[in-house]
Amino acid sequence: MFEAIAFYLFAFLTIAMFFITVTTSQALYALTALASGMIFISAFFFILGAEFLGAIQIVVYSGAVMALYAFGMMFFDTTRDVKEKQGNKMIVSGLSVLSAVLVVVIFAAPMVSENITALYPIAEGVGNTQGVGMVLFTKYLIPFEVAAIMLLVAMISGIVLAGKKMDLSLTMMSDAEIRDMKLDQTKKVLS
Amino acid sequence: MMEIGLNHYLVLSTILFAIGLVGVMRRKNLLLLFFATEILLNSVNIAFAAISHYYGDYTGQMFAFFVIAIAASEVAVGLGLLIVWHKRHGNIDLDSMSTMKG
Amino acid sequence: MEFYLYLALFSPLVGSLFAGLFGASPKTKLAGIVPTLLLFVSFLSATKLLLYILDGGAPVHVEMMTWMETGSLYIPFGFIVDQVSVTMMMVVTIVSTVVHIYSNGYMDHDKAFNRFFSYLSAFVFSMMILVMSDNFAGLFIGWEGVGLCSWLLIGFWYHKESATWAANEAFIMNRIADLGMLIGIFLVYWNTGTLQYDQAFAAMATLDTDVLTLMGIFLFIGAMGKSAQFPLHTWLADAMEGPTPVSALIHAATMVTAGVYLVVRSNELYSLIPHIGLFIASLGAFVAIFAASMALVNRDMKRIIAYSTLSQLGYMFAAAGLGAYWVALFHLMAHAFFKALLFLGAGNVMHAMHDELDPFKMGGLKKPMKVTYIMMTLASLALAGIFPFAGFFSKDLILEVAMIEHHYVIYSVLVFTAGLTAFYSFRLTALIFEGEERHKLFGIDPHEAYKFMLVGMSPLLLLAIIAGSFKMTYFEMVTAVLPEVHYHIHSEVLAWTMNIGTQLFVIAAILYAYKKYTTIGMNIPDGTSATENSFIYKLLKNQYYIPYAYERFLVEPYRSLSTFFWTQIDQKVVDGTVDGIAGILYQTGEQTRDMQSGNLSTMLKWMVAGTVAMLSLAVVFGLAVKLGA
Repeated sequence: MFEAIAFYLFAFLTIAMFFITVTTSQALYALTALASGMIFISAFFFILGAEFLGAIQIVVYSGAVMALYAFGMMFFDTTRDVKEKQGNKMIVSGLSVLSAVLVVVIFAAPMVSENITALYPIAEGVGNTQGVGMVLFTKYLIPFEVAAIMLLVAMISGIVLAGKKMDLSLTMMSDAEIRDMKLDQTKKVLS
Repeated sequence: MMEIGLNHYLVLSTILFAIGLVGVMRRKNLLLLFFATEILLNSVNIAFAAISHYYGDYTGQMFAFFVIAIAASEVAVGLGLLIVWHKRHGNIDLDSMSTMKG
Repeated sequence: MEFYLYLALFSPLVGSLFAGLFGASPKTKLAGIVPTLLLFVSFLSATKLLLYILDGGAPVHVEMMTWMETGSLYIPFGFIVDQVSVTMMMVVTIVSTVVHIYSNGYMDHDKAFNRFFSYLSAFVFSMMILVMSDNFAGLFIGWEGVGLCSWLLIGFWYHKESATWAANEAFIMNRIADLGMLIGIFLVYWNTGTLQYDQAFAAMATLDTDVLTLMGIFLFIGAMGKSAQFPLHTWLADAMEGPTPVSALIHAATMVTAGVYLVVRSNELYSLIPHIGLFIASLGAFVAIFAASMALVNRDMKRIIAYSTLSQLGYMFAAAGLGAYWVALFHLMAHAFFKALLFLGAGNVMHAMHDELDPFKMGGLKKPMKVTYIMMTLASLALAGIFPFAGFFSKDLILEVAMIEHHYVIYSVLVFTAGLTAFYSFRLTALIFEGEERHKLFGIDPHEAYKFMLVGMSPLLLLAIIAGSFKMTYFEMVTAVLPEVHYHIHSEVLAWTMNIGTQLFVIAAILYAYKKYTTIGMNIPDGTSATENSFIYKLLKNQYYIPYAYERFLVEPYRSLSTFFWTQIDQKVVDGTVDGIAGILYQTGEQTRDMQSGNLSTMLKWMVAGTVAMLSLAVVFGLAVKLGA
């Protein structure tokens, strides 16, 4: 019973938050709503017994990703209302409703075969984190490493794209050069 | 109704996905478009986790895990590009970004 | 011996290709000399082969390579030199060599000198393939090749519209006849399973007469086109648009005799269907008198000689149709020599008279052009059939054949035609060489042709005179493959009456012509005299109105039909459809280009729309599977 209450509560909250995200005209409200939506989704993960995933959701999404978005919003004038030339509302809502209905129909009519066997069954006796670790570092090792490389690439690209004054590297210059550079700056400021 | 089955989660995931689609189609500000993309990814994560729970398989959670990793790197790169564009053009309105006109 | 075969066959090709290298360059003497020399080499090889065959050698049969081998059809590139083909080879190479030598001088001032020799040698090569091939398919290749080269050569001065028209007429008429020939070849293959001469003819002995009749008819239709028998004869006279050496080579000695060659080669077939042979003979006799009648009143020098060729072809077919194949071949050989000589002499006259063709504008040319005068007169004597020139032996033989086979109608027609032949030939020579010098009125000062041209023509003159003496040698040689029929009139009295009578008739015609056309101060026909306005004269002058009928009843309707097809169907329907399809594609592109607006929002909407479409497909198929299972 608790599960049902929790499910419906968090479902309602999540839907509300995300609805605000897509319909509000203020960027800050959208950001906040998105962040809270992320948190509520992690609640679902906990309900479903995927604790590790839930923790990751909070740390990565609500923590890192939202922080990134917040930093990004620093560059834009967020007090200004986002002026949006609206397209045809009918098309938008119509298409999304239609797709939702279709997906539900796909699920409702049981078209999935009844006898699906689990590829990596949930181990008994171990907690979720330990179980995830057992599968991740053995069966999914290569995707793991590749994901690591991808994150590295993303990090470097983030630095390159958004960094300023990166052609000057203090660690690679000798002391004499650093001294000369400082003198030049002083001269420029004083003259 | 009391008994929460797989279908409930899947319907929830669908509704969230539809909301995300609305956002994707509606938003003209690029940053807000990214928010809608995040919604899409999250809704899919819910579906994966739900299937993993109800079939007793770790595969769903693994997939959700990697989706999160990908979403994170996507945000990083996307925001970087967005900043560069903003520096060049001064605004991030979609309707003004039609240089790739066919 | 095979070496000589290949040498004879391919030397003209090499000469043609060599001259073709200079096709776009200005005239160079080398382009004329090398093909001539190569053709002389071919002539020497042919002579060697002739001596070999005369000595009693077996026919040289080679198979150069396989052409087609599909299913049960096997056609090789095979060549055979037997008695019949060696005769034809000799004729072709002698006349071609002489014509090549002559052309070096005749086409001297022509800009397209090199191209001319290329075409001329190519023609000789095709003709050699025709006569040396050992199967019907190779014959057909040569057939088409000579047709093509004839078109190239008739329309040599392609800037003249009359020349191109004549070339097209010749080619198209030949093509129509070739359809008949192809059907004949198909029938041969279908009923005998092979196209090789020896095997096909051997198999024909067992076939049904009806089938053989059809074969013979269709093959003869092909011969009709090539040898310009009625009704496919109009192209020969118009083909005189080409340069005179072309007329000498093609339309006197070689191409037009291809039809006769075909009938002679297929003698085993035609012997089995004598009723078709009778038809061929009758047609030949008809053509003989038909052409001779048109030559009586013509005022174009080359056309007169062309009609004379047509008439003599009729003689050849008459002989072949009556079963005297060796006689037909003999007349072919003799005729080639003196007719080519006549044409070449006419070329000399044309050159001297600055391309004037009307003999009434000439006259008294025997003084400045002695050698040509002698040559043309002797050639005309040979043509008329005066003893002891070549024409006497061959023509008289044909008359004897007609008499012996009891075809008196054919006989009388041929005799009458002999008289007409003599008349118009000497009308021509008299008008050109005798009488008053009308050319002085036009201020033309004629001079004789180059010495080397005259020297080159002399072998033909010699052969025209002495070819009759070859008769016995030739007979013994060629009857190894052709039916050996001795033609002796049993009654000595009848034989002598025939010979002497024919000679007298012919001589009378000659004298009449001389009297009529050499009187000083004779009336030039100017369109007002009673004779000229008589019905018969008009009929003959306009070639029995046959070209007019063809133009009015065949060409015009066909042209309007073609125009209709072109404008209404091709342009509107076919082009319209093709353009329409392209237009649809283009319009689709134009309409859907708006999808690529560069606006991300629009594209995202399209993406969702596509997703919805695919989802609905998934639902539909899933339901179908579920309900079907």
